[in-house]
Amino acid sequence: MTWLLVLAGGMLGAPLRYLTDRAVQARHATGFPWGTFTANMAGSVLLGFLTGAALSSHALLFLGTGLCGALTTYSTFSYETLALARGGAGLQAAANALGSVLAGLGAAYVGLTLAQAF
Amino acid sequence: MQHDPDTAAASRQKPHQASVLAAVALGGGIGAVARHAASRAWPTAMDAFPWTTLCVNVVGCALIGILMVTVTETGRRVPPLVRPFLGTGVLGGFTTFSTYAVDVQHLIERGHPATALTYLAGTLAAALAAVWLASAATRKALGVPV
Repeated sequence: MTWLLVLAGGMLGAPLRYLTDRAVQARHATGFPWGTFTANMAGSVLLGFLTGAALSSHALLFLGTGLCGALTTYSTFSYETLALARGGAGLQAAANALGSVLAGLGAAYVGLTLAQAF
Repeated sequence: MQHDPDTAAASRQKPHQASVLAAVALGGGIGAVARHAASRAWPTAMDAFPWTTLCVNVVGCALIGILMVTVTETGRRVPPLVRPFLGTGVLGGFTTFSTYAVDVQHLIERGHPATALTYLAGTLAAALAAVWLASAATRKALGVPV
């Protein structure tokens, strides 16, 4: 049962990230990976909220481990950062790396604060 | 060489959006289950350094370096669903940014700011090193010009 919950959450989260990335990247003309950034921030807010809310362990496996885990990604984030650096956009690479990490932590706090407000 | 492909030829070359989404979803489910298996096999105690998530993320970063060089830089024909399935799906679902961010937050909240900062910076440094080293090694192994 727990495996199925994680599987189902992952099967929702990954295509949601793919669609988010496509939608965001189609709306700006720069090479900056705003799509992955958006998915990572959305997932971090949501997971911060979920861990702050009193959820059942089953709900956490489905929404947290599965959905938020697959909605967000470290592999694409690091690959896109490397691609920026290799393409000569060192400043953007550094901004993406540090900005994502700091904003992600901020996003987790936003989610936790929201959970405590409800 | 076909410079102006008709729509049938174009649709043969480019997979349908629905099959890309299905490949991403299937891969994402597999990746998430693999990550869950790792966290079950090597559980991390409440206030401890999250080694398992760090290792999952670093391994995923090394693998995407290998995958992306193989798929996008060798000039070989790779089936069109390989990248969405393995890259966006499996590796995207295997690695996680949200658990990383929330684990840093928990370490801070529970009074372990030094561990939190080490984990925050250590994951970033190890992940970037992994994708860089793996892609460079793959270029060398496959004879791809840098």
